[in-house]
Amino acid sequence: MWDYSDKVKEHFFTPKNAGAVVGANAIGEVGSISCGDALRLTLKVNPETEIIEESGFQTFGCGSAIASSSVLTEIIKGMTIDEALKVTNQDIANELDGLPPEKMHCSVMGREALQAAVANYRGEEWKDDHEEGALICKCFAIDAVMIEEMIWANKLRTVEDVTNFTKAGGGCAACHEDIEAILEKVLAEKGEKFDATVSTAAVEKVETPAIAAVKTPLTNVQRIKKIEEVLTSLRPQLMADGGDVELVEVVGNTVYVNMTGACNGCQMAAMTIAGIQQRLMEVLGEFLRVVPASEMKKLVNIEGAGHA
Amino acid sequence: MPDIYLDNNATTKVDPAVVDVMIPFFLEQYGNPSSIHKFADGVAKALKKARGQVQELIGAEHDSEIIFTSCGTESDSTAILSAIKAQPNRKEIITTTVEHAAILNLCENLEKEGYTIHRLPVDKCGRLNLDAYKKMLSDQVAIVSVMWANNETGTIFPVVEMAEMANSAGVMFHTDAVQAVGKIPMMLQDTKIDMLSISGHKLHAPKGIGVLYLRRGTRYRPLLRGGHQERGRRAGTENTASIVGLGKACEMAMEHMEYENVQVKAMRDKLEQGIIATVPHSFITGDLNNRLPNTTDIAFEYIEGEAILMLLNKAGIAASSGSACTSGSLEPSHVMRAMDIPYTAAHGTIRFSFSRYNTMSEVDEVLKVMPTIAATLRKLSPYWDSVTNEPVANPEAAFTPTFK
Ligand SMILES: Cc1ncc(COP(=O)(O)O)c(C=O)c1O
Ligand code: FES
Repeated sequence: MWDYSDKVKEHFFTPKNAGAVVGANAIGEVGSISCGDALRLTLKVNPETEIIEESGFQTFGCGSAIASSSVLTEIIKGMTIDEALKVTNQDIANELDGLPPEKMHCSVMGREALQAAVANYRGEEWKDDHEEGALICKCFAIDAVMIEEMIWANKLRTVEDVTNFTKAGGGCAACHEDIEAILEKVLAEKGEKFDATVSTAAVEKVETPAIAAVKTPLTNVQRIKKIEEVLTSLRPQLMADGGDVELVEVVGNTVYVNMTGACNGCQMAAMTIAGIQQRLMEVLGEFLRVVPASEMKKLVNIEGAGHA
Repeated sequence: MPDIYLDNNATTKVDPAVVDVMIPFFLEQYGNPSSIHKFADGVAKALKKARGQVQELIGAEHDSEIIFTSCGTESDSTAILSAIKAQPNRKEIITTTVEHAAILNLCENLEKEGYTIHRLPVDKCGRLNLDAYKKMLSDQVAIVSVMWANNETGTIFPVVEMAEMANSAGVMFHTDAVQAVGKIPMMLQDTKIDMLSISGHKLHAPKGIGVLYLRRGTRYRPLLRGGHQERGRRAGTENTASIVGLGKACEMAMEHMEYENVQVKAMRDKLEQGIIATVPHSFITGDLNNRLPNTTDIAFEYIEGEAILMLLNKAGIAASSGSACTSGSLEPSHVMRAMDIPYTAAHGTIRFSFSRYNTMSEVDEVLKVMPTIAATLRKLSPYWDSVTNEPVANPEAAFTPTFK
């Protein structure tokens, strides 16, 4: 079945803080039995210090829903409510040593119950703005609603666009058929037609300044300039993800870059590099390989030998 | 106590006697059945014998009506795609809302290609309405596909009668009998069933071997074209060892048919009666009067299936929640939704499915732990009042989450 971490199992088999806190002054309830998950979080907050002194949960749900609830009550105990509000669903998942992508929504539910409880304590009304759709891309835990919203917001037209904007589809590619189906549906709603053969270029105009494809042979300087130009055009997208890219060296057909920020070392780096490479090849009209500069030493020698 | 396996509708242990007959076809008689040398000598003969053993179990008239495939899913796909290819003018398919994904997802895909899919609903006990079915039959229908027995609840559908009705209307009839073959007797030569799917791994043969029964004279188009194997109806070098194993498994299923319907059924009955008696707010789903002898599907209200399975697993008991294939998703099973089982129960259904390898003492073991498991999880449930040890008075109202 699921490949749950020992931490998840521990919190499932021996849950902490199960049951309702007596005399709670902050109660958050999310989900419903029809969704297959429901969570009620009860907290006792000290009105003087705003510190959460006691927390308890009641959960209807699967193993990871129960484990997420249990670990959440442990995390927030002793925090002030402002500190507690900073707890993200990723924190909950991390504390459990990870959750399968299909189960990430359990950690989201924990965070939402927490927000609802704090709102309840402050006498505010909490609105759930999070809508969850069917899980489409298991590699990156992206659901249908997210993909649909991105297609609408960014005028996406191809699977590749969707991958660039949401990461969905950038791993094993098994979800491409489903992504195509969503594109077809949304584009039909917009009165357009999905065409699997169309290239992405049309869309990227929206996001990135168009760069004319190269027609005549380039001098070395022109070529490097062109490469810089492409990287600059892609930079806003990378920065939106908290990363950046920098050109280090061009040796033959190999373009060495430094990936910094969120891109560096994350599982996305390889994918991002593939995207940059694709774009460079489109513009320069030649085969190019993009390689992280960290691998330069071992590769330069080989390349150098090849060019000697 | 060794671990207890009660998930035989998901798949079964290969019978040791089946393994024994298979081994020579890996190590000695590994020749291609089409070859003419001593490594292949016995192979063609062994395939013929296996075909006969399958024929015997399902009561087919001719052994040439047996086509070996790679699995139940392939048999299902072959049957439906053959019917629509052979009758290009017919653009409708009749099936049910509770079929296995092997049929449902294929039909959904055909819908996108312009086919009209009629999905027969079921009532709260999982039964079909034959009057509604009759009205759907027309010369526009390429094929009817109705499972013989449902994999989750074990409910048996009246496929023999439904095939007669289809036949009178001039419509082809296929049945996914993956769960039924080997568990209940059948005599296909006395029916109007045109095609039938079998999967080896549900009856103690290996995984990855299946059969499509194709009544002689039924118009047919192969799914895989290529070599002349299976008389050109399913190309690809035969999975000889598995075919031989399946033959043996069919022979053994035939021998154990009475045992399955008496002793195995007695274990199932004892388990479900025991659970209903000791776990409050639990009930059996499906058509209790028309069920496979080995299957029971029990709904535990106010708790969730996966959590139950994890606790059962810890106690060394293997069962499943809904169908093994659907337990990876968060939806309650489509079968429970089709039967309109309330949400408070639909998420907490557990299927226990037996085989001739189970024992009465295993049943006792499950009965020992089940009440505690249900009570443990209910203690955590926001729909359960741990003071009164009853569901909260009005579960939907007592729990009022914020909605969007
Ligand atoms: C009713 C039914 N049909 C089809 C299948 C698929 O069989 P196979 O796994 O051999 O493809 C199964 C098994 O999961 C089943 O229960
Ligand atoms: S599932 Fe989307 S890329 Fe793997």
